[in-house]
Amino acid sequence: MALDKPYKDVPGTLIFDAEQSRKGYWLNQFCMSLMQAENRARFKADERAYLDEWAMSEEQKQAVLARDLNWCMRTGGNIYFLAKIGATDGKSFQQMAGSMTGMSEEEYRDMMIKGGRSPEGNRYLGEDGDAQPQHQPQGKAGQKGNP
Amino acid sequence: MARITASVYTSHVPAIGAALDLGKTGEAYWQPVFAGYDFAKQWIKEAQPDVVFLVYNDHATAFSLDLIPTFALGTGASFTPADEGWGPRPVPMVHGHPELAAHIAQSVIQDDFDLTLVNKMAVDHGLTVPLSLMFGQPEAWPCKVIPFAVNVVQYPVPSGRRCFQLGQAIRKAVESFDEDLNVQIWGTGGMSHQLQGPRAGLINREWDNRFLDRLIADPAELAGMPHIDYVREAGSEGIELVMWLIARGAMADVAGGPPPTVLQRFYHVPASNTAVGHLILENP
Repeated sequence: MALDKPYKDVPGTLIFDAEQSRKGYWLNQFCMSLMQAENRARFKADERAYLDEWAMSEEQKQAVLARDLNWCMRTGGNIYFLAKIGATDGKSFQQMAGSMTGMSEEEYRDMMIKGGRSPEGNRYLGEDGDAQPQHQPQGKAGQKGNP
Repeated sequence: MARITASVYTSHVPAIGAALDLGKTGEAYWQPVFAGYDFAKQWIKEAQPDVVFLVYNDHATAFSLDLIPTFALGTGASFTPADEGWGPRPVPMVHGHPELAAHIAQSVIQDDFDLTLVNKMAVDHGLTVPLSLMFGQPEAWPCKVIPFAVNVVQYPVPSGRRCFQLGQAIRKAVESFDEDLNVQIWGTGGMSHQLQGPRAGLINREWDNRFLDRLIADPAELAGMPHIDYVREAGSEGIELVMWLIARGAMADVAGGPPPTVLQRFYHVPASNTAVGHLILENP
């Protein structure tokens, strides 16, 4: 019998549940390894070789190499674990969070200073708020009509 | 007898710790955040808790996916501030209260809450940022701290109702400890924030303030709110707010006593990605 997962219809949001955790086990454990300076140095020296030491899927490795956090999350990554990659790269949590919206660092920071993203239109898939799939990427990146 | 005298509620945003550690508290961005804790810093000097029972969550620091305890009680004598990847925060060692913690374990587990007991773990910003906000930058923390880590990282996290009931069991445990101790219980995390996906940056000022109203006036009813409401209204990481219900459940009024006095209420947006909320409730 299917379990109740009422959070599937929240736009722009992927809840890290037991199922995602199972998918992302090695990806997240790889991230944990970056808590140690020695491992950070080895990862930086040869990212691909370091990733190949882990039982991650090829897609997970590609997502890490691309530093595409949304992609990492779809393959089971959790943001608190993925933050270890950001720390290794010298990124702040705000830079990481912002990168998932498509906004520039400045655009995201300005949005937060102005009170953050409104929940209006962003509660359910199918509404018209700025976090909805039809409005990605956000910010200037989404306005250029990307060639 | 030990007594729970007050509860404190606060966000534990890591950037707040970084701002403090790097001497940025006077900057225009941070000044309003820290000003919201001026009252607390004065108050706690007089309130002088012997022990703080500090409810927080670990952020993939002490607990990886190797082990995901829903409720973890720190029963050890000391806890080291963690290196979360940016180097350890320059804050004092956290000293526990193993005797009281063991007593709480005995009582709460016999009250049907299957706690995980932890004698050795590093403590991350979830625990150290609230200490810094309340005590500033002392050489040593002025009281003992019992860490209580709640899983709010991997769903399902404990329900608001379960947290509220656990708070009541903790109160019963503390108040049956023979030594005269002034104990505070702190609930940390929140308020609205989302750190992931295209919806990152969500803030819901109206919802947060209603949460504060309800936490003060009708916590039993608030405890019935389902997870999905937190996620939809306060962002995926807004779920941390269930931890505030543990602290609230430990207050005297829930056990039939008089309602608490609201000594401080503060709300500010933003600190980094997050809405900062802070309350102090004192038992009469």
